[in-house]
Amino acid sequence: MEGWSLVSLCVLLGLTARWAVSLNPYSGAGKAPLFGDYEAQRHWQEVTCNLPVHQWYFNTTDNDLDYWGLDYPPLTAYHSLLCGHGDHDVLIADIFIYIPAVVSYCLYLVNGSVKKKVATMLCILLYPGLTLIDYGHFQYNGVSLGLTLLGVLGLGLGRDLLGSVAFTLALNYKQMELYHSLPFFCYLLGKCAKQGLTGRGLMQLLKISVTVLVTFALCWLPFLSDPGQLLQVVHRLFPVARGLFEDKVANAWCSLNVLIKIKTLLSTETQLSLSLVLTLLAVLPSSIKLFTRPTLWQFKLALVNSSLAFFLFSFQVHEKSILLPEHLFCSMLPLLLKDGLLLPYVVTSVAFVYYSVYLLSALERSTDEQLRLQPLHTLIPPCLPSLSFSCILKWKFAFSLVAMGGLSFASAVMEPPARLPDLFPVLVSVFSFLQFLGLLLYFNLVQLTEAAGKKNNKKTK
Amino acid sequence: MAASMTRWFGWFPALTLGVTLIKCLLINTYRSTDFEVHRNWLAITHTLPVSDWYFEETSEWTLDYPPFFAWFEFCLSHLAKYFDKEMLVVQNLNYASPATILFQRLSVILTDLLLVYAVKECCNIIGTCKSKEFLGIRPFVLAVLLLWNFGLLITDHIHFQYNGFLFGILLLSIVRHFQNRHLEGALLFAVLLNLKHIYLYIAPAYGIFLLRSYCIISNSSDGSFCWRSFSTVRFTLLGSLVLSVFALSFGPFIALGQMPQVLSRLFPFKRGLCHAYWAPNMWALYNVVDKALSVLGVKFQLLKTLPKASMTGGLVQEFYHSVLPSVTPLATLICTLISILPSLWILWWRPNGAQGFLRCITICALGSFLFGWHVHEKAVLMSILPFSLLAVKSREDAGIFLMLSTSGHFSLLPLLFTAPELPIKVLLMLLYTLSSFAALKTLFSREGPLLRSMEQLYLMGLIPLEVVCEWVYPLTAWQQTLPFIPLMMTSVYCALGITYSFIRLYILALRTKLDREKSH
Repeated sequence: MEGWSLVSLCVLLGLTARWAVSLNPYSGAGKAPLFGDYEAQRHWQEVTCNLPVHQWYFNTTDNDLDYWGLDYPPLTAYHSLLCGHGDHDVLIADIFIYIPAVVSYCLYLVNGSVKKKVATMLCILLYPGLTLIDYGHFQYNGVSLGLTLLGVLGLGLGRDLLGSVAFTLALNYKQMELYHSLPFFCYLLGKCAKQGLTGRGLMQLLKISVTVLVTFALCWLPFLSDPGQLLQVVHRLFPVARGLFEDKVANAWCSLNVLIKIKTLLSTETQLSLSLVLTLLAVLPSSIKLFTRPTLWQFKLALVNSSLAFFLFSFQVHEKSILLPEHLFCSMLPLLLKDGLLLPYVVTSVAFVYYSVYLLSALERSTDEQLRLQPLHTLIPPCLPSLSFSCILKWKFAFSLVAMGGLSFASAVMEPPARLPDLFPVLVSVFSFLQFLGLLLYFNLVQLTEAAGKKNNKKTK
Repeated sequence: MAASMTRWFGWFPALTLGVTLIKCLLINTYRSTDFEVHRNWLAITHTLPVSDWYFEETSEWTLDYPPFFAWFEFCLSHLAKYFDKEMLVVQNLNYASPATILFQRLSVILTDLLLVYAVKECCNIIGTCKSKEFLGIRPFVLAVLLLWNFGLLITDHIHFQYNGFLFGILLLSIVRHFQNRHLEGALLFAVLLNLKHIYLYIAPAYGIFLLRSYCIISNSSDGSFCWRSFSTVRFTLLGSLVLSVFALSFGPFIALGQMPQVLSRLFPFKRGLCHAYWAPNMWALYNVVDKALSVLGVKFQLLKTLPKASMTGGLVQEFYHSVLPSVTPLATLICTLISILPSLWILWWRPNGAQGFLRCITICALGSFLFGWHVHEKAVLMSILPFSLLAVKSREDAGIFLMLSTSGHFSLLPLLFTAPELPIKVLLMLLYTLSSFAALKTLFSREGPLLRSMEQLYLMGLIPLEVVCEWVYPLTAWQQTLPFIPLMMTSVYCALGITYSFIRLYILALRTKLDREKSH
C-alpha cells in the first residue's frame, strides 16, 4: 500500500480509538460538588469569556479560585476563550496540533522504511496514557505535547529558532513542560558553544534568546502591565502551599512517605528546598553530558531523563505528569478506576502492548546493540528496548507486565482490608516508582556511557 | 525467537484483536430499540414455556425470528442470569442496567468469533501467504474487507444486532461448497435459514446450485448434462438432511398446532412497502418519481389536487401512490423473481462451479434487496459480504464491489443519528472506505484502474451529500417543515449506486457465460 494511504489509515485508527474512549463515562460525570475536569474546562470558558483579563487569576466575588481556579499559563486561558463549548473540542485540538506533530515527527525523524515510520506512528497514537487522560478526563495535554514534539522536530531538522518558538508555546500552555525545558536549554547552549562562544555561536545564542523572550512577552502581554498580576499568575501556576504531593503518585516522596511521614515531619519551606535540590541533582549528570555532546540522540535521551527526574523528585507532582516520561500507564490506574474508566484502560493498554510488540518487533532485527541504539522516539515507553536477546531485560519486562496486570486485576476486583483502605493505590504507586527509578538509572547509564566513537545507530536494515 | 514471535503475532490475530478492541470500546455507545428487542426475547425464552413463545405480547417487540434463534436466546439467557437476573423478567420493559448492557454487548462480541473462524477459512481458500510482505496479498485484503466491515460494525456493535455470527455461518457454508463439501454447506445453510429467515433471499441460488451441481453428476466441461446422471442417492441425502433440520426447528410448533401463528409472526405482511427510513432500493426511487409526477401534475393542472402526503412518519405505514399504480406484496414478489431469474438460469445451464454460485448468491441478494417488500437497509450487507470473496479475485469485481459497498454503507449512516456517535460513524466509514480502496488498488495495481471516472465522480459526491445532510440542512428553515428530506436524498442517491452495481453485475455474469460458450 502506498505511504500516504498507510499514514491516513494510521491517523484514522488513532482518532477512532480516541473518540471511542471519550464515549465512555468521563471524569466526574454527575459527581457533585466538583464534577471533575470536564466541569473545570467549562468553568474556565465561563471565566475567560465573561471576566476581564486582569481578573482571571485573582480571587474575586465573581471568580472563586477554590472552585476550579485557573492554574495553567495564559495560553490555556486564551484557548478556553476561543473554544466553543462542545464535546468535540479535544478531538479538534488533536486533529490540528497533536496528530500533525506526531505524523511530521515520525516521517522526518524516525529512520527506516515507510512501514517502520507508520508503525511507530501507530504506536504513539495508540498510547493509552494520553488517550485516556485527554478523552476520558477532558484535558488538552495533546496540545502541549504536540507543540513539544514540534519543538523536538524543529531542533532535529536544524531549525533552532522555530523549534524554540514551538517549545516556548508549549511551555506557556502547560507549565508541566518545564520538565522538558532543561534539555532544550542545554542542547541549544551546547550547540552554540560548539560553534564558538565568540562569533557565530554568540550570534546564534542571541537570536534564540531574543526569540524566546519575545514569545514569552507576547503570551504574557496582558499581565505584564502590573507586577502584582505577574506574581499572582506565578503563584497560581506553582502552588507551593499545597505541599510535597497530593493523592497517590508514583514518585519518590509519596513512596518515602510510606516509611517516613515526611509530609508532617518537615516544614513546607524545607520540603520545597529538599525537592528542588534533589531534582537538580538528579538532572545534573544528564544535562552536563548533553551540553558537552549536543547531538540529537543525546537530546532525546536527556528529554527522557529530565522528565523522569522531575517526575520522581519534584514538588506537587500529579499522576498525569507521567505523561511526560510516558512509561507504564498502569500507575494511573487508581485515578482511572475512580472515574469508571476501567474498560477503556484495559482495551487501550492491551492494544498498545500488543501492537507495539508486534509491529516493532516484526520490523526490527533484534540484536544486543538495539538495546542502546534503538532509533525510537523517546516518548515511546522505554520498556520497549528490552525486546532483545538480553535475557535479563526480557524477563524483567515480562515480570513487570505480569505484576502490573495482577495489580490492575486486584485493584479492580478485590476489596482492600479494612485497616489499610489505600492498600492497592499505594502498592501500585510504590511499584511504579521502583520501575521509574530503574528506568532513570538505566537511561542515565545509556546517555552517560555513550562513547564518542559509537557506531552510527541510524544505519537502516 | 523472531520467527515464533511472528507466528503468535501474525497479521490475522492482529486484525482480529484490533477490531475486537474497537468493539469493546463501543460498548457504551448508543443502542437502538433492537437492544430491548433482544432483552425481551431473553426474558421470554427464559421464563415462559415453549408453547407461549410465539404468543407472548407483553412487549411490542414480539418474537419474529425462526425457532433456532429463539433457542439461541434461550441458551444465552442461562448465562445472562449471572450478570443481572432482572433483565430476564418479561415485565421489565426497557430495562438496561450496566450489567445488562455489558452482557448483551459481550454476547455479540463473543459470537463474532464464529465470523472470525469463517473468515480464516475464507482466507485459506483464497490463497496462501508465505512472504512477510502481507499488505498486498489476497488473504490479507479479504480479512480486512470482512473483519473490519463497516456495516457489520455499526449494525452489530452500536445499533445492536446479531448479524456477525449469522454471516459467519453463511461464509462458512460458502467455503464448504468451494471445498466440495456440499452436504456440510447445505446443512449450514439450512441451520442459517432457521436462525434468520431473511436468508430466504438467497435460498433459490442454493436450491438451483445443489440440484445442478451436486445432485447431477456430470463430467462434461461445457456444462451440458443429461438427466440420467441425476443421482437419486444424493438427492435423497440432501433432502432428508434439510428436512430434518426444519423438522427439528418447527417440529415442536407443528405438534402444538401453532404453525399459522408462527408464520404470521415470521412474515408480517401488514407492514408497508417501505420501512420508516426508505431502504435505497427500487421502491424508494419509485416513491420519489411518483411524488415528483404528482407535484408536476398539479403544476400543469393534470391532477385536481395535491394528494395528501402519505409517506412520511410512522413506523408501519401504508403507501398509497398517487400517479403510479400502488404496489402490492405480490407485485414485489413477481418483480423480485423476474430480477433473479436470469442469474438462476445461468447457474442452471452454465454452472461455473462455486464461483458462479457465489455470483448468483450476490445477484439474488441484491435483486431481493432492490425489489423486496419492506426491506431494511441493513439487508444490503447480505450482498456485500459474500461479494467480498469475488472482489479480491478479479479487477472488474473489485470495481463493482467498491461502488456497491461504499453506497451500501453510506446508506447505513442514518441508522446512527445521535450527536456523540457522529464522529465515530464518520471515522469508521472513512477507515473502511480508505482501506478497501487502498487494499484493492494495491492488489490489482498491475491491471489498471478499478473505477471509471463517472463512478469516481459519483462516489466523491457522497462527501458533499453527507455534509449537507448532517450539518447544512439542519441549519435551514426546511428542517422544521420537511425533516425527511436528508433521509430521502441519502436513500435516492445510494439507490442509484446500488442499482448501477446490480446492472453491472448482471452484465459481467452474462459476459462470463458468453465467453465460456465461445471457448467451447
